[in-house]
Order: sequence, then structure tokens, then C-alpha cells
Amino acid sequence: MLELKKVSAGYGAFKALFDIDMSVQAGEAVGVIGPNGAGKTTLLRVISGLIRPWSGTITLNGQEIGGKPAYEIVAAGIAHVPENRRLFPRLTVEENLKIGAFVHSARGQLRERLAWVYDLFPRLKERRNQLAETLSGGEQQMCAIARALMSRPTILLMDEPSAGLAPVIVDQVFELVQRIREEGFTVLIVEQNIQSLLDVVERAYLLEVGTIKLAGTAAEMREHPFVRTAYLGM
Amino acid sequence: MDTFLLEAMINGILLGGVFALLTIGLNLIFGVIDVVWIAYTELVMVGMYAIYCLYSGLGLPLLVACLIAVAFVTVLGALVHFLIIAPILDSPPINQLLATGGLLFFLQSFATLLFTTDFRNIGVRLPSLQLGGMFISTARLLAFIVALIAVTCLYLFLKYTYWGLAIRAIAQDRHIIGLMGIDQRWAYGITSAIGGALAGLAACLLVLQYDIQPFIGNSFGPIVWMNCVFGGLGNLVGGFLSAFIVSEIIAISGYYISTDLSYACAFAAFIVIMFFKPRGIFSK
Amino acid sequence: MKRNLLFLLGVVVITAVLLLIGVPVYTMHILVQVLLWGAICSGWTLLGRFGITSMGHGAFVGIGAYGVVLLWNHLGITPWLGVPIAAAAAMLLAFAVGYPCFKLRVVGRNFSLVTMAMAVVVQLTIIAARDVTGGSLGLTPKAQTSAPLLALQFPNKNVAFLFALGFWLVVLWVMTRLNASMTSLSLAASAEQEDAAEAIGINVAREKLKVLLLSAAVTAVGGALLGQYLMYINPETLSGSPVSLQILYASIAGGMYTVLGPTIGSGLTLALTESLRVLFGTRFIGAANTIYGLMLILFVIFMPQGIWGTILSKLQGRTSRRARSLL
Repeated sequence: MLELKKVSAGYGAFKALFDIDMSVQAGEAVGVIGPNGAGKTTLLRVISGLIRPWSGTITLNGQEIGGKPAYEIVAAGIAHVPENRRLFPRLTVEENLKIGAFVHSARGQLRERLAWVYDLFPRLKERRNQLAETLSGGEQQMCAIARALMSRPTILLMDEPSAGLAPVIVDQVFELVQRIREEGFTVLIVEQNIQSLLDVVERAYLLEVGTIKLAGTAAEMREHPFVRTAYLGM
Repeated sequence: MDTFLLEAMINGILLGGVFALLTIGLNLIFGVIDVVWIAYTELVMVGMYAIYCLYSGLGLPLLVACLIAVAFVTVLGALVHFLIIAPILDSPPINQLLATGGLLFFLQSFATLLFTTDFRNIGVRLPSLQLGGMFISTARLLAFIVALIAVTCLYLFLKYTYWGLAIRAIAQDRHIIGLMGIDQRWAYGITSAIGGALAGLAACLLVLQYDIQPFIGNSFGPIVWMNCVFGGLGNLVGGFLSAFIVSEIIAISGYYISTDLSYACAFAAFIVIMFFKPRGIFSK
Repeated sequence: MKRNLLFLLGVVVITAVLLLIGVPVYTMHILVQVLLWGAICSGWTLLGRFGITSMGHGAFVGIGAYGVVLLWNHLGITPWLGVPIAAAAAMLLAFAVGYPCFKLRVVGRNFSLVTMAMAVVVQLTIIAARDVTGGSLGLTPKAQTSAPLLALQFPNKNVAFLFALGFWLVVLWVMTRLNASMTSLSLAASAEQEDAAEAIGINVAREKLKVLLLSAAVTAVGGALLGQYLMYINPETLSGSPVSLQILYASIAGGMYTVLGPTIGSGLTLALTESLRVLFGTRFIGAANTIYGLMLILFVIFMPQGIWGTILSKLQGRTSRRARSLL
């Protein structure tokens, strides 16, 4: 469904991604692992249009989306939960959700969508009129995911959903991810927390210094000697 | 209390209405687009001349002339953004200051070219209200009421519409706004147009109180920015309140010291506040 | 050093030729103003090139011009003493505003706004004190006809030219000296990274303050000489925010990272306004500034290094990284 072919990108003169090939099929959950600075965040930013690819093609259901501005890519069906959640701190929870439904196709169904995400995350309903900055870290992650879901994306990108959260909360976040999977969403997750990630995804890519070093199913990755020694510390 | 002081204070509050309008317009642009429009009050001048042309020149009814003028300045606000600000959005902030400063020269001189520096007025003067020995200017009272209505409308727009929400969101985190499906260029354009509309509305209110000349923007410009900084750049509520505080400072120091020095006092107060509360008097 | 001497020699030769062949009075009038405004703009640039954009130098011009004339008209103090007194007054104001600004790190846009407010306060004060200053109507120094130079009044344009030239050269010398000094280095460092500069032991606030005081003094002297030359000062043309903006624009139009840039900027500005004035006459008041304003906008968008800066970098086939990043 989502297909990257020979995608390169970077910032200014600095090249961060080199000829990336990857794909995500409908209904799949795919993970991207790798050390800090490997280009994981850049990868998601290129897909969601926050930065333009330098070369290569990105297609969603056969349609070229590479180089389109972010706001068009959201409308095309890719939602991105950015690193560190990035809620609008001085908007209420409900306003944050409402802004997630900014795309035209979503506006008419605001009420239904709100009911649906509140159903998924009852905690958010309790806190709907609170400012986003008053939420706890886990609740903020919930709200960020819910905000992205408001546009009913065909594929959800998540950048380090567990970063900066307490260990107990991290488990909750991965439960959240699991629940979204069960709702039938296609997800592409970037994570540092490889152990937990491999529990919720079907396949994973290992990104190092801007290139894909390894790819395989979650089980293959877990058993791979290189991943075991370098990333799982076994 | 002495009635003259009371009169000065009431007039100060009424004056604050129009200042609040302009402060909110400029602060919205500050907060959302993160640029300083030095030439903001020059848009007011343009609006005043537009009303003068339409009303005194073409003989249109005043209300129609005002509506057209507001529309004109609204479009002008958007044009300023797309022609001048948009190309230099990523330049250092000082460049935006300089470019809009160039716009200030341009608008003032162009107005001089078209209308000369003669003072003009549309010949409409509203009577003063007499209230227990005090004289309250009807034009100011009207301006105050209209300004409050406009601010309320803006509040409702920002609170309840999608674009209003988008504009508030941008002011809080502009980098991820595209991920919400929002075209930043449009949001900036709309913000600038709203800024223009508020300036146009202020022009309608001020044309009833002041003569028109090419440099009239200079009489309001510095005060309006000062209000913005006082209230905290981009802080709409702060800007709204500080508009009234500053106009009270002007009114009261005008009463106690001298009208000539009242503006100077307000600016001196501004400098001192900038030292200690550079992010506005309402900052924590 | 050798280049400086060569430059000085060139200036002397050109001056001698100009004076010998005799330049039309009107041309001389323009030249004097170009040199004086050029010096003022160069004074502004001392500070401006470090990314500290004052929008209030009109205040110093005003203090210079008014200080000298007020001391002379009311107290009979000769401008020869009046100029240093006025310069000191300008420095005092610069200190009063600059010290807290730099100490409390009021920087960037906020510094611009504070200095602009300072210029407005000075202008409004001059207007308000109309009993002594003549208010908006302006003021004329009492003429000293018997021995004009004793009151720093210029008997003819050639003398004024020599004074203006001398002052301009001194300012250029100060500029080059400052460029070569430690202060300059540390300020350049602080323009990029104030904390980093502090960390290696540079007292950024003090260095900034020094340059601001120097800049204020130069500007005030320039303002004083302009007043003495024009023999008429008023709060609109020699103080306040419009003048501040003009100084800044001329400096930037010329290019503030070169020694001659600000002078070239003020030359072009004056040449433009004068030629448009001659072209359109008095029928189209405002035409000149309309075009000027338009050019400023285009400059910032397309030529942020200024005219002279752009030409120089074209000539040298490179663009200075700092020039682009700071403005």
C-alpha cells in the first residue's frame, strides 16, 4: 500500500537517508528500529511531507505522494503522530481532536469521529475540556494518537510513542498500539524500545546511518544474531 | 473625585477600544506569523483615505463607504503578506522589520503623492454627550462599542471555527501544522486579512475623530506596538488588556503632567517594562 | 595599513582637485550632506553589523543637534564645547537604555523596539519643551557673523565640506579600528552565540555597551554638524523614529559589512531623493519617497547584503556567510 523506492532526503547540505526501499501492506504493522541519528524520524517526515525527498518515489495505493506538501498527504490518508507528541498545549483536549479533523473529508463527521475516539480512549472524554498541557505523559500520547485518528487515516505513522514516558506508561502505550492494530489500522512505528516494538509489529526494518541494513519479520529480527547482540543486548 | 480626572479616565477607556482593535490585529500577526509589521497602522491611514474618497469624493453613503474601505484594507492586508512577507518568511526577523518599514515609507509617501500633506476630513462630526458636567465624545463611545463587538466576533471566530482553531494552533506550534491537514500559507493569508480587516474597521472609527493626513499612522503605530509588547507578543488577551492600561496611562499622565508629554511617559514606561518583563506584563 | 594610506591620499587628491576646479554650490551642498549622513550611518553600523539593530539612533542625532544649538542660543556656550557636551549627553542616554538592555538581555526585535521607543521619547520631549526648543517649528542657531568659525558655523560650503570630510574620515578610521579590535571579535562571537561567548569569558554586555556608546557619540556629533551646517533644526528631520529608520535603511542599502557601504547607501539615498525632487519638482511631493520605499522592500527581499556589499561579493566571487546570515 505504502511504497518507498530509492528515497533520499536530508536537511540543507546534510544527507540523512540514502536510497531507502521499503513497503507497508494494508492491515500490517511495520516497525523501524535503529540507533539515534540513524534517520528514523527523517524517514517519517519524508513520508508525511514535512520535508521533501531529494530523489526517489513514494506512492500510496499507487499514487505518487513524494514531494507533496504535508497538508495534502494527510488528506490522502497518512496521519503522523510526531515525536514528543506535540499537542497544542493551550488548546483543550477536544480542540486538539477537532483540529485533527481539519481535513475536508473529516469535518462533516466531527461528531461521529469524536464519539468514536472517546469510545476508544474513555480517559480523553473525561478530560475533554482540560488544556492539553495539563494531561499526564501517557494521556498526552493517547491524545496525540486520537488526534491523528480523527482524520481516519489509511496508514498511521508513529514516531517514538514511548519516548520520555515512565516504564509503566510505556507498557500502556504499547497496549494502545495493539488496540489500534485491532481496529484494523495500518501502522508504521519508529521506536527505540525494540523489545516491546517487536511484540506488536509483524515486520521490521533496521535503519543504520540512513540505509536499511536488515529487514524481516518480527520473529526473524528477534532471532537475528546482529540484532541480538547490538540491539537486544543478548 | 474631580470630574476632570474622571472625564479624562473615561475618555481614556473609550480611546482604549480602538487601540485594542489595532493591538489585537497586530498581535495576531505577531503571534501566528511571527513577524513585526511596522507599517500596520499605515493600513489604517489607507482605510481613512479610502473612506474619504468614497464618501467625500464619490458621494457614497458613509456606511457603504466604510464597508468598501474595510474590504479594501482586508485585501491589502493579505496582499502585504503574500507580496512582502511570504518571500522573506525564513529570513532573520530583522529583515521582516525592515521590509515592512519600507512599506511604511512607501504608503506614507504614496499617500502624500496622491493627496498632498493637507489635512482632510469627511466633515462628519458627532456631538459630545454631556453627563453630569463631563463631556464624553460620542465618536469615541461609538468606537468603543464597535471595537468591543468586533473583538467579540473575532473571539467567536477563533474559538469555534476550523480556521480559527488552526490559527490558534499555529501560534502554539507552527512546525507540525501541516500534519493536521492545514495549509500554512492559507492560515497566514487569513490571519493577515483579519489583521487588515481590523485596521480597516479602526479606520472607520478614527475617521470620525481625526483629520486624515499621510502621517497619521505615526500617531498610533508606536503606541500599538507598545501595547503588543506590554501584553506579551502574540498574547491576544494580554494585548487587549494592555490597550486599556496604556490608554489610561496616557489619559492620566495627560491630566497630571501635560498632554504633550503623556505619550512620552507611556513610551518611557514601555522601555522600563521591557527591561523587567520583556515577555509582557502578564508573563509569569 | 598601506591600503588605508592609499585611500587617504586618494581622498586628499580628489578634495584638492574638487576645491581647485570649483564645484557648483548645489553639488557641494549634496556632498556635505552625503558625508555627514554617511558618517552618521557608519556610526550606526558600528553596532548594526553585530546584529544589534538599533531603531533609535534618531534620538542621538536629535540630542547632538539640539544640544549644541540650545547651549549656544540660551547659554552662549560655543559649539566647540557644545559638541562634546552633546555627545556626552547622547552617551549618557545610550548608557541609561543600553546598560539594562544588555544586562537583562533585551535582544533582537525587542532591542529594536526599545530603542525605537527611546527615539520617540526624545522627539516628543523636544516637541513638548517648545518654550526652549521651538517645538515642531524648529530652531535656528543664533548667527555669529563676525567670526562664524568660533561658533562652528560655516562661512561657505567649501569650509563645511572640509569639516564634513574630516569628520567622515575620523569615523571611517574608528570603524576600521573597531573591526580590527578584540571587541569586534568578541561581539561577532556573541552575535552568533551569546552563551558560548559568555562561557569563554567574554563580558558580552560590557562589549556591547562600549560599542553602543561609541556609536551614540559618533551619531550625536554627526547630528550636531548637520544642524550647524543646515543652520536649522527641527524635530521631524533630525530626531525621532523616521530619522532612525532612514539611518538604518541607508546603512543597509549600502551594505553594512563594508567600510564604505553606509556612505554609499546615504549617497544613493540622497541622490535618489534629490534627483527625483529635481525631476518632479514640487508638483509631486512624495514621489521620491514612494520610489524609495518600494526600493527598500525590494532590497530586503532580493539584495539583503546591500548594494555595495552585493557588488563587492560579486567582485570577489563569493558571498560572505555571515553577511547572509545576519541580514
